[in-house]
Amino acid sequence: MAREQVENGATIIDINMDEAMLDSKAAMRRFLNLIAAEPDISRVPIMIDSSKWSVIEEGLKCVQGKGIVNSISLKEGEENFIKTAKLAKQYGASVIVMAFDEEGQADTFDRKISICQRAYNILVKQLDYCPSDIIFDPNIFAIATGIEEHNSYAIDFINATKWIKKNLPGALVSGGVSNVSFSFRGNNKVREAIHSVFLFYAIQAGMDMGIVNAGQLEVYSEIEPNLKQAVEDVVLNRHPQATDNLIDIAQEYMGQGAEKQQQKQLEWREDGVNLRIEHALIKGITQFIEQDVEEFRGQCDRSLEVIEGPLMDGMNVVGDLFGAGKMFLPQVVKSARVMKQAVAYLEPFMEQEKLSSGDAIEAKGKILLATVKGDVHDIGKNIVGVVLECNGYDVIDLGVMVSCEKIIQTAIEEKCDLIGLSGLITPSLEEMVNVAKEMQRRNLSIPLLIGGATTSKVHTAVKIEPQYQHPTIYITDASRIISASRNLLSVSLKTSYVESIQSEYHKLRERRKKHQTNLVSTSLDQARANRSKIDWVNYTPTKPSFIGKKIIKKFPLDKIVERIDWTPFFRSWQLAGKYPKILSDDLVGEEATQLFNDAQKMLKTIVSRNWLTAHAVIGFYSANSVADDVEIYSNDERTEANKILHFLRQQKQVNMSKPNYCLSDFVAPKSSGVKDYIGAFALTTGIGIDRQLAEFEKQKDDYSAIMLKALADRLAEAFAEKLHEMVRKDYWGFAPQEVLSNDELISEKYQGIRPAPGYPACPDHTEKATLWQMLEPDKNIGLNITESYAMYPTAAVSGWYFANPQSRYFGVGKISEEQVSNYAERKGWDKSKAEKWLAPNLGYLVED
Amino acid sequence: MKNITSLLKQRLDKNILLLDGAMGTMIQGYKLKEADFRGDRFTDWACDLNGNNDLLSLTQPNIIKDIHSAYLEAGADIIETNTFNSTRIAMADYQMQEISAEINYASAKIAKQAAAAFSTNEKPRFVAGVLGPTNRTCGLSPDVNDPAFRAVTFDQMKDAYYESTKALVEGGVDIILIETIFDTLNAKAAIFAVEDYFENSGNIVPVMISGTIADASGRTLTGQTTSAFYHSLKHAKPISFGFNCALGPKELRPFIAELSSIADCYVSAHPNAGLPNEFGGYDETPQDMQQELLEWAESGLLNILGGCCGTKPGDINKASV
Repeated sequence: MAREQVENGATIIDINMDEAMLDSKAAMRRFLNLIAAEPDISRVPIMIDSSKWSVIEEGLKCVQGKGIVNSISLKEGEENFIKTAKLAKQYGASVIVMAFDEEGQADTFDRKISICQRAYNILVKQLDYCPSDIIFDPNIFAIATGIEEHNSYAIDFINATKWIKKNLPGALVSGGVSNVSFSFRGNNKVREAIHSVFLFYAIQAGMDMGIVNAGQLEVYSEIEPNLKQAVEDVVLNRHPQATDNLIDIAQEYMGQGAEKQQQKQLEWREDGVNLRIEHALIKGITQFIEQDVEEFRGQCDRSLEVIEGPLMDGMNVVGDLFGAGKMFLPQVVKSARVMKQAVAYLEPFMEQEKLSSGDAIEAKGKILLATVKGDVHDIGKNIVGVVLECNGYDVIDLGVMVSCEKIIQTAIEEKCDLIGLSGLITPSLEEMVNVAKEMQRRNLSIPLLIGGATTSKVHTAVKIEPQYQHPTIYITDASRIISASRNLLSVSLKTSYVESIQSEYHKLRERRKKHQTNLVSTSLDQARANRSKIDWVNYTPTKPSFIGKKIIKKFPLDKIVERIDWTPFFRSWQLAGKYPKILSDDLVGEEATQLFNDAQKMLKTIVSRNWLTAHAVIGFYSANSVADDVEIYSNDERTEANKILHFLRQQKQVNMSKPNYCLSDFVAPKSSGVKDYIGAFALTTGIGIDRQLAEFEKQKDDYSAIMLKALADRLAEAFAEKLHEMVRKDYWGFAPQEVLSNDELISEKYQGIRPAPGYPACPDHTEKATLWQMLEPDKNIGLNITESYAMYPTAAVSGWYFANPQSRYFGVGKISEEQVSNYAERKGWDKSKAEKWLAPNLGYLVED
Repeated sequence: MKNITSLLKQRLDKNILLLDGAMGTMIQGYKLKEADFRGDRFTDWACDLNGNNDLLSLTQPNIIKDIHSAYLEAGADIIETNTFNSTRIAMADYQMQEISAEINYASAKIAKQAAAAFSTNEKPRFVAGVLGPTNRTCGLSPDVNDPAFRAVTFDQMKDAYYESTKALVEGGVDIILIETIFDTLNAKAAIFAVEDYFENSGNIVPVMISGTIADASGRTLTGQTTSAFYHSLKHAKPISFGFNCALGPKELRPFIAELSSIADCYVSAHPNAGLPNEFGGYDETPQDMQQELLEWAESGLLNILGGCCGTKPGDINKASV
């Protein structure tokens, strides 16, 4: 039994030999002596559990490692407590201290904390205990018993835990969790739900360990919403009817429980091997795939038949379901994981057979994928790769930052049927144009596919397609890649497909031309005159707590996790909807929930195993604005500007009630004489990601790899939020009193902004060069920029801090040729360079 | 006692202190016979006494004192009493349980006298009263057919250590050194006894703890890793934690490094002079030892350094250089 428990993941084993018919002392000694000879068991700490001190002491004499006494208390008064505590210490054991005194067990919050405080004082002050050797058990009692006083038992434990962690430093908190649901015995589904809700809140409050059957624990986020609501009401004692409500609902769950579910979950194993392989692919279950593949292989002449047969059949079903919108991207990626593992298993056999027969699998086509030079973002590209592989295409993925030359060379050498380019940042658009031009120059005829976050149909139609005489097609998202590939590689469909695309793009260009001529009608002077009006006379900027930079290393990830904005996470998996509503969405709710659970699980691992490390560097500087620029001064005398930040001003037609914004408006003008400041930051949560990604790659686990990248990106954004808050409240300190909920934080209801170079308010990516000179994130935190100003590691955010209460986010939008010339002059560029970097914002046509 | 403790701490804060080398290796050099061991007092003892090194504290006190002096001369800051096998339990091999306390007491006295002769204000010398591991184990069964069997109980072990501790402290030792620990449960009994004695007598001296790694797997004989070993005994709040015996300095280094990174007290090491060769001798030269240990000191790994089996005053002298 002990071995089984350790194998099942017990981190401590509790040994109790209290039984009326046993000589408990002798049994304890014999049992502990026996397991001391078992390395598989004695590798975990032993908790010696008895109501009799003499039995506990006998146990302590048999344990060579650090043991835990379960338990001691003030039940029989201080004298006995001190005596047992002292002995436990002399044997080198930790102690569980029950919240129990001469008057009985503590059942209210006040009693729990006063007893724990008293015990702590005796142990630490009088007996010189190391606080980490003290584990309090502030008593978990059954709730929802129908007796009114019992209603607050759970919440009292949770609050007492919070109090202990705060007021009794170093001490740990434990409890017997299953007690809490005792009144629902026989109804495992409800009990499990109560346990996980209780643990969810108790762990948040600081509970360190608990006694619970880990096999009987529902995942918190998987509890049905109705049940969860009812259980939370009871656990947190939210209202007097809570118990009655739960009792009503509980009837529905009678007879359900983990065991039954598990049985049902494994029913598919009874099916024939073809169906099992199909099931594993559709459900994304890797557990049995090698075994099933091997079984089928035994029935075949050649291993290839396993792929051509059940594996491809299963993937076709997956492809059809995905095409019909009945499966979602995360599921498809999981299916791919199963497929890859199956193929990896078969490969050595096929190699051997190939030597004798010369067969190869006929792929539907060979597709080259690459993230273009200067760009490092590849989540989307990897997803496309997985979807293509799932559908029987041979994929050559060249990775990130791939030069034009390499793309073309590889496409020729490998005889690729299609080339797919991907990019996330705006400079990549220019590089894609470049690749298209070069493909034309080299007389290639391979169709070109364009995708990625900043790409668009309009850009492809206007900028890329005209450069290349062969099919050039914009792909909205991974779900469109298959139909596009199928059409392009089909002799019968290709011509009409390409013609329809070309005529569509032609129309887009025409419309664009008409539109383009009158995009900007406000002159730069007019726009500057209509700058945002800020009353600088009656405004005193807050001076930051320091001037210069500060490096923040290894920021705790658990403090970042709570700030994650989940909506964009689902978007990165192409699931549309707002969190948390998306979890109960009719169409994608189930899949979103599954994805969310997987994400939570991985997040826990990321935090506990330190897969990722968060570093940041921030800086504050004396600054004043001069027209659309901001001058950074080397000291507060402000005589010498050693850096100049360049910003762009809105020029779109606005009604005169709204200003034409420019970020420089939010910093006091030099002429005002007001001493103002600007902040800068660069952060990453991607340190260490490569190691883990390599691990996933080795395991052929795209799903986890994409998940990790998506989570790292979310963590970076969350870290940016957290850091911004610290800046507002503390480092800069212009909003020390701020109190906002997470939702309010996500909707940016705070003072000040943190725009990032390359994003709508300051679209010029090259300003990152100045930011990098100021903060040196490359040297300080290992965060680099590529020649296109993409940050690497990709899970990163950088930008400026503006403190003025009137500062706000906006989009610069289209700008005039006049402003581009002016900007080029300010930056010391020629106009064509400015046109290249500001391409997405040009309000006029540039002749090539 | 208090001022000796603080003096010791003062010295450890500033210096790497030297522990002496092996006692057994030095005694071997005297090529003593059965009669030498028996002396005048035990001529009629019922069993053979050859090899009962600790008994020499009673029968050949001058030899023991000379060995201590040789190490002190070589520069040792701390010398160990000749009591590795002096507990009642170990002495049972020679049917000498009843004189266990007497041997401990006499050994402490001899070491103390030797140390006093060398002690100066600049370089005070300390005596560590040795509690050896005994030849029994609380944590292992000697009977392969009954893994639950134990040849000795925790309480018997504790009582034996209590008796030795009392005699050593009364004999004047400055430190209690629980060493060559291969069974952590034995050491727990020793700690329990030492604390009991401190409490009962009011005489408190600093405690040093030193385990022994069974082989290059890095575990004690009873299967603990360095970190488990440390956490199992740290409740003793010793002045130092370390390893001795079994391995030579090269093999011991990674475990000392690990200990050094986790221990919140001083760290000690007294390795063997390499592993015994096929003739039972030790090949490592004082120069080899010196070079290896110099690197440890430079790496800041430890605070107390000495020698175990096979080491001689020459090694300690090299170390002091």
